[in-house]
Amino acid sequence: MKTVFKRTKTYKDVPTHYCPGCGHGIAHRLVAEAIDELDIRERTIGIAPVGCAVLAYDYLDVDMVEVAHGRAPAVATGMKRTNPDKIIFSYQGDGDLAAIGTGEIMHAAHRGERITVIFINNAIFGMTGGQMAPTTLIGQITATTPQGREVASTGYPLQICELLSILPGAIYLERCGLHKPGQIRKAKQAVRHAFELQVNNAPGLSLVELLSPCPTGWRVSPPDALKWIEDEMIGVFPLGCFKDYQPKD
Amino acid sequence: MCGNEAMAEAAIIAGCDAYFGYPITPQNEVTAYMARRMSEEGRVFVQCESELAAINMVFGAAATGKRAMTSSSSPGISLMQEGISYLAGAQLPSVIVNIMRGGPGLGNIAPSQGDYFQATRGGGHGDYRTIVLAPSSVQEFADIMSLAFDLADIYRNPVLVLADGILGQMIEPVVLDKKPGRKLPAKDWALTGAKNRKQNIVRSLWLKEGALEELNYELERKYKQVEENEVLCEQYEVDNAEIVVVAYGVAARIVRSAVDKARQQGIKVGWFRPITLWPFPHEKISAAAEQLRVFLTVEMSLGQMVEDVKLAVAGKCPVMFYGRAGGGVPTVEQVLERIAQLWTHTEKLK
Repeated sequence: MKTVFKRTKTYKDVPTHYCPGCGHGIAHRLVAEAIDELDIRERTIGIAPVGCAVLAYDYLDVDMVEVAHGRAPAVATGMKRTNPDKIIFSYQGDGDLAAIGTGEIMHAAHRGERITVIFINNAIFGMTGGQMAPTTLIGQITATTPQGREVASTGYPLQICELLSILPGAIYLERCGLHKPGQIRKAKQAVRHAFELQVNNAPGLSLVELLSPCPTGWRVSPPDALKWIEDEMIGVFPLGCFKDYQPKD
Repeated sequence: MCGNEAMAEAAIIAGCDAYFGYPITPQNEVTAYMARRMSEEGRVFVQCESELAAINMVFGAAATGKRAMTSSSSPGISLMQEGISYLAGAQLPSVIVNIMRGGPGLGNIAPSQGDYFQATRGGGHGDYRTIVLAPSSVQEFADIMSLAFDLADIYRNPVLVLADGILGQMIEPVVLDKKPGRKLPAKDWALTGAKNRKQNIVRSLWLKEGALEELNYELERKYKQVEENEVLCEQYEVDNAEIVVVAYGVAARIVRSAVDKARQQGIKVGWFRPITLWPFPHEKISAAAEQLRVFLTVEMSLGQMVEDVKLAVAGKCPVMFYGRAGGGVPTVEQVLERIAQLWTHTEKLK
């Protein structure tokens, strides 16, 4: 019998602690598959965020570190500068990267650090109980916007790819959705490309933003969460490649 | 060389792989010196966007087993406390140099010893200790860097070197050479890529019931070892003294001159200088307290180390204090005057 699909080596064979319908499991697997396809597991170091994915090392069988909320791009800088031959990636949520760690991601991109960032945008603080994130949509009800997010007091959703795209040090920026098989396949290519650039020592930071369902935080069923990404999130966070690196010959 | 540059060169000699810094007065010589010298040595220098980023870059480099350091001055060190707590929790070796200036707040850029509490009481959140070394001359500032990196590696703990604006700026002759270091443990915990071994994880989150408490006990055992093995201090004329003045860092040098002058006047006064502020030399101070009329603690603050002296003395004799704050530096004459007053006063009580 021919094996046409199997669990990739770097993705551990363990039960998940994530909620039903959560996007982290898919995102973790895309990272694991990229690492295995590029055969870089033995020289990869991952950085887990503060948030639901703080236990990412329970799933990804690579050397990993836990860091303070938002500081992953600074930690990654310290790792990559002292270990240019290693593949360094951070895996960060939108509270981590777009709220408390906005300064760190901005400056890591500004310096052109040769790292890979997997950015999970689920428009909410998941682990702390569904509070507003900078990425929360206008009108979205969260624990801290009980009447729905309103612009006058909380501003507009923060678009990280668009924001980083003006920085020359950010060389690859793409936003994908984890809500449909076709989109997940695109996301897989993007994640792989973001790692591949680092493997090829391309001169700057790569970031893939993944629109990811959080049915628990959004207080909807898993199928409705996928529908909400399609119907609501993509309108505010358009999918696509914002920037890619073109090697000069 | 000025203290800042001597310390920086000594760190390079001690094998510092990476320096991460952010400009702040009065330690700017360090970042400028490291920018030039680390690139000459083919090592890593990064001027960071903040002290918060700097300490986290140290965290990243340290997690891969590299010798990493940062330096700053008081307000910047405050900003690093989050990272120092994580370094202590994740048990990552690292060296942090604080060239103290006046505070609180933005304070001023004059020398101070106002960060003693912050350095010796943790500073960041949680149940942890940092090893704190307090040099008092440019030579000692340089010599102590190799010890700082060794202690960090041996105990897998952040080490703070606590100096002040005078020591950072002061120019003194200094001999820079590589001395034999301590025996160091292998860094088999470091993140180097999971090649021919299981995955390594560097963490400070322990959610399972009882797991964090177990880590806290593990840390406690480590801290006890540090207390037993690493106390450093210097003393002078303590054995035949009736008054002993305790001071650290640059203040100790001022006090030493005052003690010499007081001795010439026939006052039986001794001098005691803690070099490790944590672990604090409790036992030696406690032993001296048996024979003394009084301790005097002199600091460039309004009284911080004096609390440790009182804890060590435990009521065996009075502990008095003289200090100046906000960039004020006690003069030899001021200290001498306090010593003479205490001598006369306690003479009457005899």
